[in-house]
Amino acid sequence: MNTWVSKAVIAPLFFLVFLAASIATLSGDWASLFSRTAVMSMLEFARGFVWPAGGAPFLGKIFYAALETLAISLLGTLLAVIAGLALALPAAGRWGLPAKHASRFVLNVLRAIPELVWASLVVIAAGLGPFAGTVALAFHTTGVLGRLFGEALENVAPEPNDTLRRNGVAAFPAFWYTTFPQALPQLASYTLYRWENNIRAAAVLGVVGAGGLGQTLYFHLSLFQTHEASTVLLAMIALVGVVDVASNHLRIKLTGR
Amino acid sequence: MATVALPATTMRDPAWRERVLWTIAAVVLLLPLGWLAEFNPATLWSAASLSATRQFLATFFPPKLDAEFLQLVAIATWKTVAIATVGTTLAVLIAVPLALVANRQLSISAFASGRMCALCMAARASVRTFMILLRSIPEIVWALLFVRAVGLGDTAGVIAIALTYGGMLGKVYTEIFESNETQGTRALLGNGASRTQAFFYGMLPVCLPELMSYTIYRWECAIRASVVMGFVGAGGLGQQMELSMKMLAGGEVLTMLAVFVALVWVADAVSWFLRRWLA
Repeated sequence: MNTWVSKAVIAPLFFLVFLAASIATLSGDWASLFSRTAVMSMLEFARGFVWPAGGAPFLGKIFYAALETLAISLLGTLLAVIAGLALALPAAGRWGLPAKHASRFVLNVLRAIPELVWASLVVIAAGLGPFAGTVALAFHTTGVLGRLFGEALENVAPEPNDTLRRNGVAAFPAFWYTTFPQALPQLASYTLYRWENNIRAAAVLGVVGAGGLGQTLYFHLSLFQTHEASTVLLAMIALVGVVDVASNHLRIKLTGR
Repeated sequence: MATVALPATTMRDPAWRERVLWTIAAVVLLLPLGWLAEFNPATLWSAASLSATRQFLATFFPPKLDAEFLQLVAIATWKTVAIATVGTTLAVLIAVPLALVANRQLSISAFASGRMCALCMAARASVRTFMILLRSIPEIVWALLFVRAVGLGDTAGVIAIALTYGGMLGKVYTEIFESNETQGTRALLGNGASRTQAFFYGMLPVCLPELMSYTIYRWECAIRASVVMGFVGAGGLGQQMELSMKMLAGGEVLTMLAVFVALVWVADAVSWFLRRWLA
């Protein structure tokens, strides 16, 4: 009864105070947001999105940007698989405790910083364009996949590996012929899941100048070309849909799940 | 141990054809990808970009820690949390009515005759499509759009989170309503309770822990999202970070990155605690 009261009374009360404090600090002028002129200008802005722009040259440009986004997501994921696996081995405790904690720390930092923040940092080193997006995606995804891969490798049954090791097989061949194939379906499934996530990220990374559809969208929105922006949005949604279907198909084929 | 000389035939790799084919296929696929992504690691090591990176990284240390700047960061951090909180609350207000319409369990026609009436089916389908539309546009794109429509600042971030997360929460709430124990709801409907009564006395009590748990998890995601949205001008810590990066003020960037990582960590812990306490 007591805990029930504390949950039913304290939790909502705490939430309301927190919400009130939040609303009080935000500078939003909600009254003017719903004023006649604001609503009219928003409707004017929204109207452009109803008719997406067409025309062969423009659609060709969008198609190229969509391919670029796809390439960013694929290459970024591939680089992250390689780097993630390299960091997952120490993270799974194969090379002792200090290496385990060190690689986990690196993975946590890589993962804590979102793709877009990485992109705006990488743009300084790699310059504007899809390459920066690829590297930024690889950084964040390495953090995510490295942790998941490490856990997958830890959860694999150790007996086959131990048997080979006891019979004199070197560490790497033992890993390559036992632990790795055992964990492979799990690793493939994590990779595909991350690819689905990365196509969404790659589509928007361009708003900080890292190439792909996002950069096209940012360009047209900056010029208030809403018809063109609408086409880009449709292309983003279509691309994400296609990748989701492809990834699901591959997952069933590779892992039987 | 005596070694047995293996006959030469067994030394040959039986799968060599496959290996060669897959290697060729991988190279053929990777080349256009690399070309499309302008993949050129050499740019990272070119003299110009190395010196730019080195200069920027050199400004990272020491991190800027004077009182005035820390106060600015504290305000921006609180604003990020406030944007996430108000945005998630609005998202719940959007999601609950949508989920109430979209779920199949509260359909009286389906309950009575086993088949849903055509109009009810159309209503549910259109609400589901609307929710897909809301969540298939990423929050940062909504933020971009609303920064254009309502100007720079917190409001664009709040609306962006409310719309995207409204669509996500609506979908998940619908699934929670449909996957939980439905006998109570059905018994109430069968004994003549109205849809509202069946919802409040049958469905809600069963689903409440799961609903709250998922909403708190989304609030945690919203904090991360609101930092990212700041980069397109939607207020909070992200907007400050973007300004500092534009000015190549590395010390400020480092402080804010550290604060951001700490904020994500704290939000993670708070969310974990709340979910365990309420569930």
